[in-house]
Amino acid sequence: MKLLNRFIPSSGMRQVPKSVTVHAVLLAYTVIALFPIIVVVINAFKERRAIFRDPLDLPDSDSFTLVGFQQVLLRSDFGLYSWNSLVVTILAVGLVLLLGAMAAWALTEYKFKGNLLITFLFAMGIMIPIRLGTVSILSLMVNLDLVNTLTALVLVYIAQGLPLAVYILSEFVRTIPKELTEAARCDSVSEYKIFFCVILPLLKPAMATVAVFTMIPIWNDLWFPLILAPGEETRTITLGVQQFVGQYVTDWNSVLSALTLAIVPVLILYTIFSRQLIRGLTSGAVK
Amino acid sequence: MASVKLNNIKKRFGDVDVLHGIDLDIKDGEFVVLIGESGCGKSTLLRLLSGLEDITEGDLYIDDERVNGRSPAKRGIAMVFQSYALYPHMNVFKNMAFGLKISGKDKAFVNNKVMEAAKKLKIDHLLERLPRELSGGQRQRVAIGRAIVRDPKVFLFDEPLSNLDASLRVQTRVELGKLHQELKATVVYVTHDQVEAMTLGDKIVVMNKGRVEQVGAPLDLYHHPKTQFVAGFIGSPKMNFLKAKISQSGAENTQLVLESGRVIEASVDTSSLNQGDIVQLGMRPEHMALNCESNIVEGKVTLIEHLGELSYLYVDIGQEGEMVLKVDGDNQHQAGDKITFGIQPNRLYLFDHQGKALTRVNAHTSAAILL
Repeated sequence: MKLLNRFIPSSGMRQVPKSVTVHAVLLAYTVIALFPIIVVVINAFKERRAIFRDPLDLPDSDSFTLVGFQQVLLRSDFGLYSWNSLVVTILAVGLVLLLGAMAAWALTEYKFKGNLLITFLFAMGIMIPIRLGTVSILSLMVNLDLVNTLTALVLVYIAQGLPLAVYILSEFVRTIPKELTEAARCDSVSEYKIFFCVILPLLKPAMATVAVFTMIPIWNDLWFPLILAPGEETRTITLGVQQFVGQYVTDWNSVLSALTLAIVPVLILYTIFSRQLIRGLTSGAVK
Repeated sequence: MASVKLNNIKKRFGDVDVLHGIDLDIKDGEFVVLIGESGCGKSTLLRLLSGLEDITEGDLYIDDERVNGRSPAKRGIAMVFQSYALYPHMNVFKNMAFGLKISGKDKAFVNNKVMEAAKKLKIDHLLERLPRELSGGQRQRVAIGRAIVRDPKVFLFDEPLSNLDASLRVQTRVELGKLHQELKATVVYVTHDQVEAMTLGDKIVVMNKGRVEQVGAPLDLYHHPKTQFVAGFIGSPKMNFLKAKISQSGAENTQLVLESGRVIEASVDTSSLNQGDIVQLGMRPEHMALNCESNIVEGKVTLIEHLGELSYLYVDIGQEGEMVLKVDGDNQHQAGDKITFGIQPNRLYLFDHQGKALTRVNAHTSAAILL
């Protein structure tokens, strides 16, 4: 929503009160949403005692320290964890987009037996949380010998993200004029080429939306990494941070520093996709 | 270029019969216009020709080869859509080159083809632009260009001018006509605009409710419509129709009585009908004249439309209703004026109760407006 509201053009002077209200609401929401993140970031740069004394204070010359970052970067395999998270997220999001777009295209463009059934199954996938199936997923992964591999995570995240992706992309595919595909068919373009050269480029803005929606939960997930890939080699960043959270003592400096660092890659990914999203929305004037 | 032959083509969507057996012969290089009201099946027929829609029954031959079930690409057709259907993310050059590139033609060949077509259509300065940066007329040219570069056997046009504004439509129409003469291509063109049909077509196919009503050269349809539907469809403004009763039938001359008791003489063969039969009397607005001595009718002008070189008079003739006359633009009549006008007996059309035209005797076929 935040993202969309940026694009609503400022309306005339008559609507000033309305726009003030809208902005007040949005501002309040932004503050609430950003507050925990800001607390995490500022406290990552503070000494342990300062964190507990004045959690909302900005770091000053006395309380400033980088010890948390040192801990994280030197004592743990932070690089490996980030890499794991990045690999899993990018592979999963990429495959969700590709497979989602293909499925959306097939389900809306072609009439075949079972079309409705498959659409229905995808709709069920949106409604039923994938975590309900954790036990069977785990036993499946054990049988496939995929426990403690990133493949297991990628597969599960594809399953998790695909239903919503198919749903959103189907709606967009429907808005693409039929004549375009018909023109391509008359141009003797094969069905694969029609999908990759005509449909996929037009779906870009929709895919950016889906990418954002799919990426965040995958990056932030703790559940499946903990269950399917808890091994030292395959830990993702959210799981890796947990080693600083002890039963009796928690190294808050390290936890907060690790979380701060974990925000960076996802922020970069988000910026890339949202750029694409903006470009898509503004250049979408298709006749 | 190629000939096209349709043999009892039928199309059914579920339980709905859309086309009831269409037979049609299109010669090599002919410009054929399919015309009819919306929903008559003309666009469906075009889509059957293109291969975008399956033929339910019947045979379609392109160049004496049966092409039922073949994909659009393998039929050697190119289609121009009403909405242009340009690929929005490709510039003009890529739009035109896309089909050729996909089929694996080498780069130089593709470049040559596109440049040649672009020059022909005067869009060679637009090649770098995206479709959304073009005007409607330019987009239309690109769409036509995309069809031309493929050297298709048959061009299919689906109402290509209906998204253009009036002046551009006339201009593009003229250019299409010239382009056809230059390319000598076989063209099937769908429109609901009878002016486009008359001006562009070598042959017009008038369709009505999934059937071919009449096929013929433009002037043939104008002078010798076989049915009341065709008579009403070709010509603008529409032919006036009045209900009449035959008071004296004959092989050469027929006497009719209108509802108001007016007597009309028509040079039409009604020997197959009897006295007292009801027929429809057809009169073209351009054939009725203010100074004509025969079949005189009087009435009151209710509205005048001035088009400059000519005017349309809407005349209330009493019980029978209203008629339209096409008269000289300089005439001084005003709404409310009482006028008399007439029409020569050999300018009249008669249609029986089934809407079939009755044979006209000594039919006057000069199209000149009687002013």
